[in-house]
Amino acid sequence: MKPPPFDYEAPRTLGETLDALAGGGKVLAGGQSLIPLLNMRLAAPDRLVDVNGVAELDTLEVTAAGVRVGALARHARVERSGEAAAVQPLLRQALRHVAHPVIRNRGTVVGSLVHADPAAELPAVLALLGGTVEAASSGGRRTIEAAGFFTGPLECALAPGELAVSAFFPALPPQTGTAFAEVARRHGDYALVGVAALVALDDDLRVRAARAAYLSVADTPLVLDLTEPATRGQAGRPPGAADWSLAGADAAGRVRPDGDIHAGADYRRHLAGVLTERALAEAARNALPGER
Amino acid sequence: MNGERTHRIAMTVNGTYREAAAPARRLLSDFLRHDLGLTGTHVGCEHGVCGCCTVLLDGEPVRSCLMLAVTADGHEITTVEGLATGGELSPVQRAFQECHGLQCGFCTPGFLCTVTALLRDNPRPTEEEVLEGISGNLCRCTGYQNIVKSVHRAADLIAEAGREPTL
Repeated sequence: MKPPPFDYEAPRTLGETLDALAGGGKVLAGGQSLIPLLNMRLAAPDRLVDVNGVAELDTLEVTAAGVRVGALARHARVERSGEAAAVQPLLRQALRHVAHPVIRNRGTVVGSLVHADPAAELPAVLALLGGTVEAASSGGRRTIEAAGFFTGPLECALAPGELAVSAFFPALPPQTGTAFAEVARRHGDYALVGVAALVALDDDLRVRAARAAYLSVADTPLVLDLTEPATRGQAGRPPGAADWSLAGADAAGRVRPDGDIHAGADYRRHLAGVLTERALAEAARNALPGER
Repeated sequence: MNGERTHRIAMTVNGTYREAAAPARRLLSDFLRHDLGLTGTHVGCEHGVCGCCTVLLDGEPVRSCLMLAVTADGHEITTVEGLATGGELSPVQRAFQECHGLQCGFCTPGFLCTVTALLRDNPRPTEEEVLEGISGNLCRCTGYQNIVKSVHRAADLIAEAGREPTL
């Protein structure tokens, strides 16, 4: 239960960090996933590049376009930001489900994305919103779309020598609402299934689009467009309402979770349906004028 | 691990400047206990689940088993040994004593640090906020009832004293 030996670098600037990473090594930011892996010796990197002293990565920029989270911004900082919650409420809604408050004091948003755990909340959020990750290396910079970022369980599209310097979560358009729902065995534990939902209304407050992203049902975040089942027979329903139970049933039929000791595949599929219905209904309520 | 490279690591612990040499892989929890001799910080699971090793890093509760000591270089740490002032228990410590918020005491240092920061940020938490606040700390003896009572009692004691919890 102690980390194996490794070489250690603690750069103070982004330039020094990228130079260090060019020589290989694993990035240490919040460490709330990496250090347990080291302690249990499931990971044994030759070299750690500790970016905790790189002040220029500790940023949180909120504009009308969206929220840009720097590589060192802790979960707790983003969760507490009223500005970030006003521009993109799904961030705070999902962050409340990330582990425990004490873990969120240390863990970073960008670190959660790069770790790419299929049971993690933030990859689903980035995937649902169509966000991006900004990667830098000593050779240059590139922007990676969420759809191409998550390549497998615990695998992302960063190349060796690249650092994810920030992630961008686009702002929520008007008359659009979000919600997050999950079920875990214990409070703060990994979700058996989690759903991030987004509902957009048109000028007559009829449902225009309904989408959901799932965690713990596939190797990478799964995004489903549920507009068609949700809006079938929408006429006659009150503003912002649609057939969320039909959307939930549709989602349950489309997810293909694996079973494990925590939950069987059938139970996970059932949860996906129930949580979809719940999250979409809440997202639709949040989309109504005056609800944000 | 003879010949393993060591780093000079310096930090302010409970208001005192402390320095020791340790390899980069030394966890902050082990640095406090083994290198600085502060064994009040307990080590339970060593993968961030139990919360026993919680200390305050620049005032914020963190898991000392999920942080390298070398990363804490230059920072301020408060451990359970730093909660009392001049031999007088802090309001949180007194409340745990009064309400029987501990039995074996193994998890207590983590609870005390977590609750000290919780009440500093939220002096009058609701029942739900208390449960959420201590959700990352496991106790295998008390069943949590008396711990929750202790948190509310500590809030009373702090309010009575009209001061912030001692950090």
